[in-house]
Amino acid sequence: MDWSTSLRLIAPEELLSVAGLVMLLTAAWAGDRASRTLSIIGVTALVGAAFLVAPALCAGSMGAETEAFFGQFRADAFASFAKLLIYGSAAVALIIAPAYFERLNAMRAEYPVLVIFAALGMGIMVSAGDFLTLYVGLEMNSLAAYVLAAFMRNDGRSLEAGLKYFVLGALASGILLFGISLTYGFTGSTSFAGVNAALDGAISTGAVFGLTFVLAGLAFKISAVPFHMWTPDVYEGAPTPVTTFFATAPKVAALALTMRVALDAFGSQIISWQPIVIFAALASIIVGALGAIGQINLKRLMAYSSINNVGFILIGLAAATPQGASAMLVYLAIYVAMSVGGFVGILMLKDVDGNHVESIADIAGLSRTRPLLAAALAMVMFSLAGIPPLFGFWGKFVVFNAAVAADLVPLAAIGIAASVIGAFYYIKIVKVMYFDEPVGVVTGKSDWAHGALLAGSALVISPLGYLLTRWLGAMADNAAAPLFHLM
Amino acid sequence: MNGFPILSLMLLVPLVAAIACLYSNARTARMVALAATLIDFALGIVLWTNYDIGGAQWQFTERVELFAGFSWALGIDGIALMLIMLSVFLMPICIGASWNAIEKRVGEYMAAFLLMELLMIGVFAAQDLFLFYIFFEAGLIPMYLIIGIWGGADRIYASYKFFLYTLLGSVLMLIAMLWMVNEAGTPDIPTLMAYDFAPEAQTWLWLAFFASFAVKMPMWPVHTWLPDAHVQAPTAGSVILAGVLLKMGGYGFIRFSLPMFPEASSQFAWLVFGLSMAAVVITSLIALVQHDMKKLIAYSSVAHMAIVTIGLFSFNVQGLEGSMIVMLSHGLVSGALFLAVGVIYDRLHTREIDRYGGLAINMPKYALFFLLFTMASIGLPGTSGFVGEFLSLAGIYQVSSWVAFVCTTGIILGAAYMLYLYRRVVFGEQKNADAAAMPDLSLREFALMAPIAAVVLWMGVYPESFIAPMRSDIAALDARIARARPVSDAQPTPGKPQAETHHDTTAAHEGAH
Repeated sequence: MDWSTSLRLIAPEELLSVAGLVMLLTAAWAGDRASRTLSIIGVTALVGAAFLVAPALCAGSMGAETEAFFGQFRADAFASFAKLLIYGSAAVALIIAPAYFERLNAMRAEYPVLVIFAALGMGIMVSAGDFLTLYVGLEMNSLAAYVLAAFMRNDGRSLEAGLKYFVLGALASGILLFGISLTYGFTGSTSFAGVNAALDGAISTGAVFGLTFVLAGLAFKISAVPFHMWTPDVYEGAPTPVTTFFATAPKVAALALTMRVALDAFGSQIISWQPIVIFAALASIIVGALGAIGQINLKRLMAYSSINNVGFILIGLAAATPQGASAMLVYLAIYVAMSVGGFVGILMLKDVDGNHVESIADIAGLSRTRPLLAAALAMVMFSLAGIPPLFGFWGKFVVFNAAVAADLVPLAAIGIAASVIGAFYYIKIVKVMYFDEPVGVVTGKSDWAHGALLAGSALVISPLGYLLTRWLGAMADNAAAPLFHLM
Repeated sequence: MNGFPILSLMLLVPLVAAIACLYSNARTARMVALAATLIDFALGIVLWTNYDIGGAQWQFTERVELFAGFSWALGIDGIALMLIMLSVFLMPICIGASWNAIEKRVGEYMAAFLLMELLMIGVFAAQDLFLFYIFFEAGLIPMYLIIGIWGGADRIYASYKFFLYTLLGSVLMLIAMLWMVNEAGTPDIPTLMAYDFAPEAQTWLWLAFFASFAVKMPMWPVHTWLPDAHVQAPTAGSVILAGVLLKMGGYGFIRFSLPMFPEASSQFAWLVFGLSMAAVVITSLIALVQHDMKKLIAYSSVAHMAIVTIGLFSFNVQGLEGSMIVMLSHGLVSGALFLAVGVIYDRLHTREIDRYGGLAINMPKYALFFLLFTMASIGLPGTSGFVGEFLSLAGIYQVSSWVAFVCTTGIILGAAYMLYLYRRVVFGEQKNADAAAMPDLSLREFALMAPIAAVVLWMGVYPESFIAPMRSDIAALDARIARARPVSDAQPTPGKPQAETHHDTTAAHEGAH
């Protein structure tokens, strides 16, 4: 293990760090005028980093040759898969932002810089091979995210979102650190491999506490029930491009991290954490579905929808098999496409003055005033509800297939029955757009970039998406394999 | 048809037309939809004429490994062929029925119907379990939109009820399918139809499938979505709901529940019988007191579907053939009855029975067609309804005389509510001036009714045309489920063989002549 190998393995992180620093300096000298240029640089850097991580995924890299800095960092296929989703989501967050902020006169040069640093932090999270690397990546992402949530400095709701996110995020980090310290105390190691080896066989009560606290801290980050309370407030209050970012990239990163911790570090104690994950999965599905029913704000609704979706993804984790992990990754990829479609669709809802519309009542009869936009949003809703032939069904399909294959039939049956509750509020949105009389609020024109992104995600979640299933499945299998190399 | 993917083509035509309809004005959309459905009907006729009766069980098979976990596998047997024919036959009629009645958002309406056609053909042609599920479940989206956008006053409640009810039924079936495929190692339907699952697993699988098919069928007491959906749907929506969508439940039983879980089907036959008996009597009585014509016909559908289920679970050839014929006949007859209601609804915009009366005087042609379909619904010999109901009841009589007895009252009650309806609407005095002033059938309406009437009589007089393609498939199914056949309650004992000498004397007697 020489330094040059390690430095080569972290090339995407180096690229993003350098790009971030250059952008920071440019921002300091050129000021807010440069924000569009900086966004372009940021997107370019993300695309470049994506090209750097892609080979590891295609080759299915795992094991010793992917470990940098003595196992603290892993550039394996799993990390690559997650990073591709993260970089893609971050690029989307950069593309959709200028049109939104410029109209409010709030576009600042910090935005692209913060997104890049957040993406860098998330890349470190999903590549972590050690609890300390994990924490460094997590905090790097979180600190950027707190600022992003409060990005509209003059807007009370945005500030509230930032403050809530910060206080609860700090609490979660504290819980996580407490769990890590307990784990370290009872296993004598902070590396995932070391913890895995130390926990093989009987487990002490203290280590169970450590494991539980680590998972609780991570549950905050993925907004799984019962640690989901911050999500609706933050999603609603944060500016919509930032909400899009929160619903996609950090979700992917935190879920990938949870997979890594549960299946790798605690992979020898599946029996200890499986009940926790099963509870969190079912509770998230049910609370996410019930909570969404009474909502009148689209962004809040999407927040509950994301809680609901995390529940479905956790069903794959509960299976604790390579098939389950692969299913989670497939679901994550589809979920990112659906969320991007949903939030970009919401961004395109503008009234005649160009103000953004977020209330469900205001999109009544949208199918007659803006038929294409309504059709795309309806597809996202049916897809989130998991109705075939839309692609969202495939995510649920693979996850439940993994659960059934792992002999968790009751969990699968309860989970899928609860998904019907969720279908209620998704079809309610369709009802408002298609069945109700038009109120004529949404009449404003939208940015072409938004339209292109929406069209792209609509294409992915349309039935044509099924043509991707073989390729996506193969990639996800490649990515899931490294998590199980110790077993 | 050596290798030509005619089934895929039948799916492609409505898809292309649906997309075209979305982007065209009302007039073009109507023409495109009619042309596409007629092309599909023509393809259906090609399919039927090229179907080799007595040939391979699965014909026109196609298989492309397009997706992970499942494949694009299509193919039909005689049962699927008949149901596909029913769908493609009713579709042009539905488009015709909506020609003038639908004025708003015509393009979207036609697109939704064409997508429905695609999905219905897909359901009957799918040879892959998951492909079947996708088609089966995807039908929710267009039907939800059809009821919700173009329905009547309470359309939103009805559309929610339809969507959530049927979704809840289906998702459990998905879990059962996943388990089956994990167990058997293939999602191929013909393979699964011959796979023997452990009897204790069959119990659960059967219940999961039953949850879905019973709602789709619909069986009492999970039928309550049907009257709401029917009443609120536009005429053509009702025709498709009654004509084809309800058949998906029966098709599910005959394609999945019976051949895949014969032991469980036998074990739960009492449940099916009990629910069917309750359905026949209760929904017939409910139909008797309806004031709304569509609701009355909707409840009569539930009663007819109960005859289908008892026929299916009688585990013999008569019962199975009978229930297939009931399904086809009910598809035609109830579709035609909804059309008949639609004709007068378009004129007076009410479905209240009391608002009509004496239509035989001013609408004689209408009265004639309505009478024919009423009689077919009752099951008068010479119409399609008789053939199916007689066979089904004959089938169930071999298993249980009590079930046969209770279900036969359905025929009497059916005659009661249908004749009562007919008397109130068509006979009697012309008590409402506006109803008395309604013009008789237009040429378009005549053209919609006449083909159905012809097929109803054809099926009634010469059912062999329709039974012949299904005969070998039903025989194969009968052989498959024979091992689980329930014991007959009549316990017939074979008669004493007549003494040899008797034969001799008869022969001698005849010889003497």
